[in-house]
Amino acid sequence: MADVVAGDGFIALERVEKVFEVRRKTGFLKRERREVRAVDALSFTVARGEMVGYIGPNGAGKSTTIKMLTGILTPSGGRLRVAGIDPARERSRLAHRIGVVFGQRTTLWWDLPLIDSYRLAHRMYRIPDARFRQNLDRLVELLELGALLDVPVRQLSLGQRMRGDIAAALLHDPDVLYLDEPTIGLDVVSKAKVREFLKEVNAERGTTVLLTTHDLQDIEQLCSRVMVIDHGRLVYDGSLAGLHEAGESERTLVVDLERELPPVEVPSARVVRVEGPRQWLAFPAGQSAAPLVAHLAARYPLVDLSVREPDIEAVIARMYAEKAVS
Amino acid sequence: MGAGRLYAAVAAGGFRRYATYRAATAAGVFTNTVFGLILVCTYRALWDERPHLGGYDQGQAVTYVWLGQAFLSTLAIGGGGVEDELMERIRTGDVAIDLYRPADLQAWWLAADIGRAFFQLLGRGVLPFLFGALCFPAYLPADAGTWAAFLIAVVLAMLVGFGIRYLVALSAFWLLDGTGVAQMAWLLGFFCSGMLLPLNVFPGALGEVVRVLPWSSLLQAPADVLLGRADPLPTYLFQAAWAVVLLGAGRLVQSAATRRVVVQGG
Amino acid sequence: MAEGRAERLVAGVRAYRLVAGMWVRSTMAYRASFAMTTFGNFAATFLDFVAIMLMFSRVDALGGWPLPEVAFLYGLSATSFGLADLVIGSMDRLGRRVRDGTLDTLLVRPAPVLAQMAADRFALRRLGRVTQGGLVLGWALARVDIGWTVDRVLLMPVMVVSGCGIFCAVFVAGGAFQFVAQDAAEVQNAFTYGGTTLLQYPPTVFAKELVRGVTFVLPLAFVNWLPASYVLGRPYPLGLPEWTAFTPPLVAVACCALAGLAWRAGLRSYRSTGS
Repeated sequence: MADVVAGDGFIALERVEKVFEVRRKTGFLKRERREVRAVDALSFTVARGEMVGYIGPNGAGKSTTIKMLTGILTPSGGRLRVAGIDPARERSRLAHRIGVVFGQRTTLWWDLPLIDSYRLAHRMYRIPDARFRQNLDRLVELLELGALLDVPVRQLSLGQRMRGDIAAALLHDPDVLYLDEPTIGLDVVSKAKVREFLKEVNAERGTTVLLTTHDLQDIEQLCSRVMVIDHGRLVYDGSLAGLHEAGESERTLVVDLERELPPVEVPSARVVRVEGPRQWLAFPAGQSAAPLVAHLAARYPLVDLSVREPDIEAVIARMYAEKAVS
Repeated sequence: MGAGRLYAAVAAGGFRRYATYRAATAAGVFTNTVFGLILVCTYRALWDERPHLGGYDQGQAVTYVWLGQAFLSTLAIGGGGVEDELMERIRTGDVAIDLYRPADLQAWWLAADIGRAFFQLLGRGVLPFLFGALCFPAYLPADAGTWAAFLIAVVLAMLVGFGIRYLVALSAFWLLDGTGVAQMAWLLGFFCSGMLLPLNVFPGALGEVVRVLPWSSLLQAPADVLLGRADPLPTYLFQAAWAVVLLGAGRLVQSAATRRVVVQGG
Repeated sequence: MAEGRAERLVAGVRAYRLVAGMWVRSTMAYRASFAMTTFGNFAATFLDFVAIMLMFSRVDALGGWPLPEVAFLYGLSATSFGLADLVIGSMDRLGRRVRDGTLDTLLVRPAPVLAQMAADRFALRRLGRVTQGGLVLGWALARVDIGWTVDRVLLMPVMVVSGCGIFCAVFVAGGAFQFVAQDAAEVQNAFTYGGTTLLQYPPTVFAKELVRGVTFVLPLAFVNWLPASYVLGRPYPLGLPEWTAFTPPLVAVACCALAGLAWRAGLRSYRSTGS
């Protein structure tokens, strides 16, 4: 806390680079060496207590960035600080200040009851006893883990395990929490629980959260700020609404009519697809669906309605299409 | 006809799957060669002390060592055949899916294992053997007929080897975690197949017993055919008899096991 | 600097104990399998020795060494190796951890990666091998005819501990190699299991080049061949001066230092390439 340089962000990157050398087979016994810039002159700062979505297509440099921020990878260039610590040089000291949840890899002990993994963290992170008990009680309550503590991890469902993993990452009161796809593969109820919890932790403890995800709803519900990375560069940094604008993204209203009808006519939306009595209407993501629905209900025989959110890939793809045109 | 083609495809798949692990294969060749080196030195010391021990001369003993190294992964004597995967599938319950396949469980895994064995023979077996044959005074028969007879014995050895390991894998239906049984099985296999010492060097009654056990079909039988120490036909009969017994036992245990799965699953 | 290193050592030992403890508890979840694999570990090495006894049922000496003296070598090699295997034997899993990305989960914990990796899959069943080695050594000591002197007695525990250190260094170096070649874990077996097998036989059995190789290049000979030759009062085939029998501790320390450097280089390359 004292080691945070005033004016610097809590997480600060200054022209950070990561260059990999890739060797590719080009023929029998022939290999070609090529340099790949996974992260290219990346600069951003995150203030203490912020909750930021970090998104981008696969292979954009997302996980490389997270690995540099957690001290797993050493940057090839630039300056990087997390809580005033250089992650590559002081990996162990940093470990006490950060919590990491890898969405698809559990850090829990497979054959042992959940509580055993927490007891290990207690000792490995040297958490004072009182503090540990207090944190554990609070996490167990918020994440509804009470009944699961004595269950071997291999018997937990994916959602339960994810909650267990998140608790494990927070026992030592980290200042920063990195979450890599925390809701991947979870059902709707589990997703809601996880999101609710993350909001609480952020509000209650002021934990800085950096979140990578493919699920735009994660970001919509959690993050006031989104960063988009592609080809190793930051291509967007701002609000989610702004991202929709920048990408001119659209939501889709799926309308089930009583019978087959010609494409409906509504202002500010256009029909993009018709299939029997079902029609798809696209409208700007920033706009509310309510007037649209009211307009439709007044004029057409509706059976059912649903709204589909744009996905991140589509938003980013459109952002690129824009750039290429302009 | 259709079934034959199916199992041929499964075997080809087994071959290709193992062929993709190139670095692992190279590492295996290296390790087999090192072990062969150590063993060949000790055998030569042994045969220096007692020429014609077990009826082999020194050249034959050298060939025996390198055959052993070539067969170690081919016949999965020290583990590493398809039984690992089968046991894992039994443990996780995925085997239920296999049972609904329009193919026989045993034949399916046999085909996969034969494919694997042929790859291991070519990928991991040939190089250490060539190295050994070039660097040490090994006995190599000059006529193609002996080599052909030897190859038939190798194929029969593959059947026996699979027969043993399939029974071991099926034990996982009852024990859930089969690693203990598997370990015991490969230990026994290691010793009784003659990997540590040729079975014809084993003294007295012990020697007589190990030479009629199924494991002697794995290394000792093909080796004796190649080294001109045994007639091919009786050797084939011995191996085939064990193959029939073991594969038959495998079928019986398999039907008991699947009944169990059906009862549990229902 | 020295203080930092001592601190890291303490942190490493502590992390090792914690992780190893977790693995012991994990294996107890499958008790039947634990009992069987412990016995299996014992039996594996036991059959290994049976093969040697069978050899001696046909001959009186191997390379000029009678059975009790070969058993002496065997016991020393198996005990040292068994201890190293117990302490650090899962190093061959590093390649797999690199491939499936689980090494990263070790890197975000506040403990040295080497200590965590060494304790990975810690298994008490490996005591089976140590026990067997110890029994053979005990049997050999009862049978061999040694003119016991103070230095020979002292050399015994020193040999076992140094031998364990040398084998640990081989395990660590093998782990470091897997940072570069993740699929080649089996190469390590050639030096670990291959090494202990080699040392179970007298040096006179092997070609001079091989003996030179494991004396001067990969100094496995210091585990037992050199010091045991001295204890038994036998000449070492390379004609080295007698005092070299007392160098195993130095060799062990040097090996561990080199292996440590290799490990650091391996980890550094992993952290810069993320392969």
